[in-house]
Amino acid sequence: MSVENGIGAPVRRKEDQRFITGNGHYLDDMNKVGQAYGYFLRSPHAFAKIKGIDLNAAKAAPGVVDIFTGQDMVADGIGGLICGWGITSKDGTPHKAPPHNSLAVDAVRHVGDQVAFVVAETLQQAKDAAELIEVDYEPLTPVTNIAKALAPGAPQIHEEAPGNLCFDWELGDKAATDTAFAKAAHVTKLDLVNNRLSPNPMEPRAALGDYDAGTGELTLYTTSQNPHVARLIMSAFLAIAPENKLRVVAPDVGGGFGSKIFVYAEETTTIWAAKKVNRPVKWTSDRSEAFLTDAHGRDHVTHAELATDADGKILGFKVSTKANMGAYLSTFASAVPTYLYGTLLSGQYKIPSIYCEVQAGFTNTTAVDAYRGAGRPEATYVVERIMDTAARDLNMDPTEFRLKNFIPSDAYPYETPVIMTYDAGDYATAMNMAKDMIDYSGFTARKAKSEANGKLRGIGSAAYIEACGIAPSAAVGSLGAGVGLWESAEVRFNPTGSVTVFTGSHSHGQGHETTFAQIISDKLGVDINSVEVVHGDTDKVPFGMGTYGSRSLAVGGSAIVKAVDKIVEKSKKIAAHLMEASVEDIEHEHGVFSVAGTDKKLTMGEIAFAAYVPHNYPADLEPGMAENAFYDPLNFTFPAGTHIAEVEIDPATGVVEIVDWAAADDFGNIINPMIVEGQVHGGVAQGIGQALLEGVQYDEESGQLLTGSYMDYCMPRADNLPSFRIATTNTPCPSNPLGVKGCGEAGAIAAPAALMNAIVNAIGRDIDMPATPEKVWRAINTH
Amino acid sequence: MTTVSMTVNGKKVSADVAPNTLLVQFIRENLRLTGTHVGCDTSQCGACTVHVNGDSVKSCTMLALQAEGAEVKTIEGLAANGELHPMQAAFKENHGLQCGFCTPGMIMSAVDLVKRNPNPSEETIRTELEGNICRCTGYHNIVKSVKSAAENMGG
Amino acid sequence: MYSFDYERPSGVNEAASALGEDDKFLAGGQTLLPTLKLRLSQVDKLVDLGAIGELKGIAKSGSELTIGAMTTHVTVANSGDVKSAIPALGSLAAHIGDAQVRNRGTIGGSIANNDPAADYPAALVALGATVHTNKRSISAEDFFVDLFETALEDDELVTKVSFPIPEKAGYAKFPNPASRFALVGVFVAKTASGVRVAVTGAGPSVFRQSDMEAALGSNFAADAVSGIKTDASGLNSDIHASADYRSHLISVMAARAVTAAG
Repeated sequence: MSVENGIGAPVRRKEDQRFITGNGHYLDDMNKVGQAYGYFLRSPHAFAKIKGIDLNAAKAAPGVVDIFTGQDMVADGIGGLICGWGITSKDGTPHKAPPHNSLAVDAVRHVGDQVAFVVAETLQQAKDAAELIEVDYEPLTPVTNIAKALAPGAPQIHEEAPGNLCFDWELGDKAATDTAFAKAAHVTKLDLVNNRLSPNPMEPRAALGDYDAGTGELTLYTTSQNPHVARLIMSAFLAIAPENKLRVVAPDVGGGFGSKIFVYAEETTTIWAAKKVNRPVKWTSDRSEAFLTDAHGRDHVTHAELATDADGKILGFKVSTKANMGAYLSTFASAVPTYLYGTLLSGQYKIPSIYCEVQAGFTNTTAVDAYRGAGRPEATYVVERIMDTAARDLNMDPTEFRLKNFIPSDAYPYETPVIMTYDAGDYATAMNMAKDMIDYSGFTARKAKSEANGKLRGIGSAAYIEACGIAPSAAVGSLGAGVGLWESAEVRFNPTGSVTVFTGSHSHGQGHETTFAQIISDKLGVDINSVEVVHGDTDKVPFGMGTYGSRSLAVGGSAIVKAVDKIVEKSKKIAAHLMEASVEDIEHEHGVFSVAGTDKKLTMGEIAFAAYVPHNYPADLEPGMAENAFYDPLNFTFPAGTHIAEVEIDPATGVVEIVDWAAADDFGNIINPMIVEGQVHGGVAQGIGQALLEGVQYDEESGQLLTGSYMDYCMPRADNLPSFRIATTNTPCPSNPLGVKGCGEAGAIAAPAALMNAIVNAIGRDIDMPATPEKVWRAINTH
Repeated sequence: MTTVSMTVNGKKVSADVAPNTLLVQFIRENLRLTGTHVGCDTSQCGACTVHVNGDSVKSCTMLALQAEGAEVKTIEGLAANGELHPMQAAFKENHGLQCGFCTPGMIMSAVDLVKRNPNPSEETIRTELEGNICRCTGYHNIVKSVKSAAENMGG
Repeated sequence: MYSFDYERPSGVNEAASALGEDDKFLAGGQTLLPTLKLRLSQVDKLVDLGAIGELKGIAKSGSELTIGAMTTHVTVANSGDVKSAIPALGSLAAHIGDAQVRNRGTIGGSIANNDPAADYPAALVALGATVHTNKRSISAEDFFVDLFETALEDDELVTKVSFPIPEKAGYAKFPNPASRFALVGVFVAKTASGVRVAVTGAGPSVFRQSDMEAALGSNFAADAVSGIKTDASGLNSDIHASADYRSHLISVMAARAVTAAG
């Protein structure tokens, strides 16, 4: 028996009705009575000492309510922003976490650093007043490039981090890897740059702080992917208010891609200032501010070497990476180039020995943190680019080289040399499926046709794996995480049979209101329109770790299943009582409880009603029908698959056209295939953006951001992209009750390597991302 | 302050505004029609797209006073008599939206696109949506939605 | 935006006399308003030309096509007169900015701004157009002076542009991948007075490529220009394209413009 709108059905999204009619409630749509507007004066310098700030003229400007500086926050006992993941360097020392005040105190360290916060009656008045603030800066020489920042003699950005080094970390067995390389028949070497990206969710960040002087309660409405984590950090580390007096609400959020995980200076300043002025204060980022302050992604420089034997079997892999952290350590920044990166360097391959070292450093740039994929796209890029390069060195077809080295499908659980235990997978099936989808064997003929038209043609694949559904708390705790990464849920029946689900996950485009409702509908037989999913409010949801790392379904969905299990268990007792049977004889399927071997049955709705109107009810049972569950995953989940890109290049201009894209992904069981496909489309588009179009650039001399608007930062438009061919394979995840894996990041992880491999295949030379027309043209024309 | 009057979603509206009030501010702040969004400050993302006298414009790049006497339609005025516009219905049916932030502008652009090109090819849809940026969908299902809506709109 | 006053006159003379020292004319606003929004520019007053009917419209008479200054790009793109007289001009207008920008942006606003990456300047110079103002007529080559600089005086406004109808013409643009402005745009026109080639996007202001004009004068074919180099030393160089690459693109786009001209 299957359920309408249950697990596996491409249910149209419940949330769409409000979005397509203009009735969503994004943060900037909200206003409070008596609200004032906040505006940040930002540093025009990449690096400067602040010798003095004169607020007199600005404070006298029309409409100004108050103006705050970093000194004011320090004097008020407000702590700095933190990084929640501790990394230990090779020498046993902890990573360097220099102070990070919400408003700068003695120095500014990147263009856009917050210097003062103006609160005024209108935004225009706040901006006008900000222009009257006089800041006495002593400009210093900045450094923006990570290799230069880590070189001797570089400007010293924080005195707490000598040589600008945040940490020097390693993973794997160096001696074993060196031994493997000594025995190698071939060693393939590759230098790569993983370009810096700006996340650019279409909704800019915003915050609205509200203080209730009567109760002492503060409410922060904010564009967050994880309101409880924001509350925890603001309470425990910044001392803005105790958790019981601080409510954080994230309403409809217009995309995040990681950038709305972090606790930012603007949000903390806004809520603090609301209390100081005893009025609601609203701050909304404009896009220019977003480019300067939303945490960037990637920015790695890597050297990699792959050792193979005479038969083309991989013997060992060595990776050395420099990672740019930006001017300050953002909330989870240190985890990204370490445990979300090094641990994935085995890819889909049986590699006997791996050694990885990562030096992370500070520069006078915007902070870098998790962006869609977070470490795993960087790992996949290194692995999959060198796989293609090695295949070329070995004169093998790159897909054959991969197939030869895949971890066989009977080898699970498979422990890699970089502390991951893959629980399930079947890589060859996905790769062969993708090859069929794109007619891999027909490529030679298509290439000949392109060449006849004066065009170059290339094909490239990437067989990616990611560890997502983060994560088992004990495991991440042992690796330095400051929090547990479980999730919570409450499933609450109302007496009339409708259901409210409270989840600690947060939806900002992923469609949780639909997917989670499908789980309830499937498991408990409730009409999907009678299920309401509540998220994003610390006053409503028991607790939550939020949405990132493709974890919502695998962890948050599993918490819902656990709560459902408790509902079923209790319902069986009620059903047994009402039908005068023993609990052991009650069978349950999709919300129907029956007595085995009879035609007696009760529906979930009838039982819920009985639980709230317990006139005829088991004596030893609590009334009501609402259950809570906290779920801590047993393992990561390991989505994997193969993406193949085919490109045609105009040698006259260097313009790359993506002519075909095939993706075969293994996401385990799928709740809503329509939503999953959408996630793949979006991920691939962002990966294509990275490979072809996007790249944050700074002027190295002045430290000014050169890509500070859509005039210069190239966002993928509809005409940059093809339609995609998407298919899935399924090895159910054995580590969670739904058998699901994450799907949100896969496309962004697979796409850059696949596309760059296709371009390199077409032009016959290595180039770095983004493959802009000029770069491609130069590569074609440089001999 | 200057008085501006226009018709928005069929209703005559009038207000005193500062000359530097943008049409999008007038729509969002004066009229409280918050379905029209602001996603950039360089007139590129298209989240603020509305119709002025039937044509799509970026309401962030037009003064409210420039719309004096105009017929303005926003996303809130697209559905008629409780029935979704075919473009709205197609976005829902084809999963043409994820976070929903770019969606109102995207739908308003798409309606104008189909008005200009009653039977658009995939290529036409992609090039004509140049003025609208979506970060979630990869445009795949947006293109599908517009194509399907164009067919339903009798193109 | 800083505060400013606003006036919406209904006639050209009224508009000219309304303009004070720190005021600006507002045409389609597709460049001016973003500049004001970012506080990169400040005005005392905007004089909106949107209500002046005499500035709008397209007319074809004999050997000349005339386009009113406040005519939008979409109107030019869809005009039957433009399509029949100078199809390359219609196609150029159809690819300025995006659909929403084309619905508001105007030819007069575009040329008065003289953005080095705008499309229209190439068409005006290659076609030997004349810019008419409320005071005088200026040849296109004299009109575009330098980066964001034109021959317009402070209270002078463009009223219309007249284009001699060429034998044939073509435009090819290589857009900046981010802004979609012209990284390089080449307009080629074969006219009664010879072949003219104008390049936008590549330099500080639109310029003519005389070597290509000479080559096309004797042989109007793509092959005639694809090998002609443009000296890169005076060309723009930025994060999107080096001067060398722009120089190369001029040759490629010129050849494609010739092909487009048919």
